[in-house]
Amino acid sequence: METRAQNQSLAAEFDRRNMDWYMDKLVQVLVFMGGISAIVFIIGIFAFVTMEGAGFLFDGFSFREFFLSEYWEPSDEDDPEYGILALIAGTASVTGLAMVVAIPFSLGAAIFIGEFATGRTREFLKVLVELLAAIPSVVWGFIGLSIMNPLIIELFDVPVGLTVLNAGIILGLMAAPIMTSIAEDALKAVPDRYREAAEALGATRWEVIFKTVIPAAKNGLLGAVLLGVGRGFGETMAVLMATGHSVNIPGSLFDSVRALTATIAAELGETAVGSEHYQVLFTIGIFLFVITFIINLTADLIVRGVKNQ
Amino acid sequence: MVTMATAQSIPESPASDSESTGASEPRRLSETTPAKLAVKDLTISYAGTPALSDVSLDVREHEIFGIIGPANAGKTSFLKCLNLMNTFTAGMEVEGQILFNGLDTHRLKNVYALRSRIGVVFPLPVGLPLTIYENVALSPRLRGVKNKADLDVVVERCLTRAALWDEVKDRLNSLGSLLSGGQQQRLTIARALSQEPELLMLDEFSIAVDPVTTMRIEEVLMELRSEMTIILVTNLVQQARRLADRTAFFLEGKCVEIGETGALFEGNVQDQRTSDYIEGKFG
Amino acid sequence: MFEESALNARNKKIQLLWRTLFLVMTLLLILPVLVILGTLIAKGGSVISMEFLFTYPTDGMTAGGIFPALFGTVWLVSLALLISVPLGVAAAIYLSEYAGENWFSRLINLAIINLAGVPSIVHALFGVGAFVVFFGFGTSILAASLTLAIMTLPVVIVATKESLDAVPLAFREACWNMGATRWQTIRKVVLPNAISGILTGVILEVSRTTGETAPIMFTGAAFFLPFLPESVFDQTMAMSLHLFVVATQVPGVPDALPYGVALVLVSMVLIMNSISIGFRVYLRGQKKW
Repeated sequence: METRAQNQSLAAEFDRRNMDWYMDKLVQVLVFMGGISAIVFIIGIFAFVTMEGAGFLFDGFSFREFFLSEYWEPSDEDDPEYGILALIAGTASVTGLAMVVAIPFSLGAAIFIGEFATGRTREFLKVLVELLAAIPSVVWGFIGLSIMNPLIIELFDVPVGLTVLNAGIILGLMAAPIMTSIAEDALKAVPDRYREAAEALGATRWEVIFKTVIPAAKNGLLGAVLLGVGRGFGETMAVLMATGHSVNIPGSLFDSVRALTATIAAELGETAVGSEHYQVLFTIGIFLFVITFIINLTADLIVRGVKNQ
Repeated sequence: MVTMATAQSIPESPASDSESTGASEPRRLSETTPAKLAVKDLTISYAGTPALSDVSLDVREHEIFGIIGPANAGKTSFLKCLNLMNTFTAGMEVEGQILFNGLDTHRLKNVYALRSRIGVVFPLPVGLPLTIYENVALSPRLRGVKNKADLDVVVERCLTRAALWDEVKDRLNSLGSLLSGGQQQRLTIARALSQEPELLMLDEFSIAVDPVTTMRIEEVLMELRSEMTIILVTNLVQQARRLADRTAFFLEGKCVEIGETGALFEGNVQDQRTSDYIEGKFG
Repeated sequence: MFEESALNARNKKIQLLWRTLFLVMTLLLILPVLVILGTLIAKGGSVISMEFLFTYPTDGMTAGGIFPALFGTVWLVSLALLISVPLGVAAAIYLSEYAGENWFSRLINLAIINLAGVPSIVHALFGVGAFVVFFGFGTSILAASLTLAIMTLPVVIVATKESLDAVPLAFREACWNMGATRWQTIRKVVLPNAISGILTGVILEVSRTTGETAPIMFTGAAFFLPFLPESVFDQTMAMSLHLFVVATQVPGVPDALPYGVALVLVSMVLIMNSISIGFRVYLRGQKKW
């Protein structure tokens, strides 16, 4: 009988939701809201940028003019023209050069840090690369403007130093640290048994690296490059300050250009909210959003593919 | 209402219970000891792959119930279900009924309250990254005990009973996760005892522990029997022989046999595989 | 025997060659930064003084100090942290402690990756469209901080999630087995062991937020203000934008001034990053299990 009474009190205990139970549920709801906030924000960004650009996008937008015209003349009062071809060319040329600069150096650095360096050297280099990634883009822009600009004028004997070359190098230096650390992660993800197996077969160190490690890590390395491209594509302040900011399809490295992002940054302040020019700038924003979304998505799929192997 | 309903499901007489479990139950519960835990037709699978099928057994109050069997017999999965840890394991599906004190555990509104009354000791010791004191005081604190003096008493008592007090009493503020393996295992037991458990489940506790410590823990378990019910999953057949009142033999996801430990070890078995395993012919 | 050792010698040479090549590439990556830092110090160091840090710009921003910009950056960053840290920590707790490996958590991860990857100028457009115009905050500290918070949210989430994931599952299971709820487990065991890692991430976020320029240009930062902001609905000056302004927008600025501003900004960012890194190294040395 005694046990029975005791059991009943236990039964009551097990069947009663107490403060802790409700607290747990409450926290679950709260952190869930935190979790979906990221989704809400990314949808919000797309929605608001589209909303502000809608006036132009759904009325007056011509695919032909927008993407294929090289005339960006928003302040022409009679007949403004909004062609972003030259801006795309500007962004593409700068990003392209940045990758030419960044890919060999960041992959080389990743291989050195990941495969050759050991112990303290390795830690030290990793810290330096991390600090490199921390320098704000406006500072890089300033460097392009005040250090690189006179340097290029003097070295190449050209009239202007704010060019594709300048911005490309700056952007390359900016993108390299991130690419280095992602590439190094990709190399690190290659299991040691691959290296051991290759070494056991008599392969030398560089053979191991080139014939085993790099092929095994190639998706991760590709992801690193893609993220670098995304970074260069979306960079604003540095390209605003170092490109020379003139609408132009570049014929050489020493031409000044203007990037998509920089155009928004330079002109948004001058436009009236809701004006056509304002809406066009938001339309460029949508274009940037969609492109970077695709780049990031692809990079993520590739990198994640590596992890799942 | 719910309380009433669950209370009614407490078996009036244990005998009627064992009848319902039928032929797979070779031994009857004695009339005097009520079933602490009754498992009926328990089937466990992981994402469709069965791990344990159709297990029915009773564990009596104040007994040490041994479970032996080779690896992958489903012993650990079985324990996991008893305190409903399956809800924390993705892809783990459980069918069948588990009655704790006659209460259907799947119908409880507060599984946390149930778990707080079931102590668990794992194969690998887990000293939480808290101080030794906090390791043992954690469960009382979760139940709302705040008084320092009360906690002091609980900590000293539980550590003493787990045969660890003398070794750590001067450094209660050092990290429990940095103790040696054997000490951590006794800390885990002290922590389980601090829950004032109705049921203590040990899963191959001696894997990471030296023989001397194992013997000390075994002595502790013998003493604890008077206060709680103990389920001892072990890979050491002789350990079950030393400690368990009754023993179940699990093999490949099935409960092959349950019997009085003494009888099983005298060869009084119904299934040849049981005596083969006990004699070390396989496993 | 002899032949093999000759081969070995040749291999050693090639190995050394590759090693040197990669080392040179690494150094070429790092060297420019050292040169740049050196130049900033050489050209801007002379400007830095207590007076420079704590007075207003004068003479149409061609002289004087940077106090309102420093002050404004502290405002912007603090408010941004106040928004993003709770949100980011909650999101990380959800991902690490509650969400399983399913399509939904993948979707969240995807959103986080894109939040980090969307160009800063698009974040600025969002800030203008949402906070300045739609919610009617105007160009204000609030609108700018919200924009910054959303932009740097991924930094907090990733750092927090990493330090939560570093706490072994066995500790959680031990707690759950004792009847602790998920939240009790998180509060008593997981968070105390992850808090320093989270702090590292927060410092990193402070550094990132300090340097951002584009997102605040149109949402709340002003070129020049002769007074300090009094509420979150005021505009403010900010260090990053101030550098842009003195470097490009103001005629007749003496050479050293923008270098000085850049030096202060870079120092702020690098000091915070170094603290974060130092903290991480220290933590790695502390073995708790």
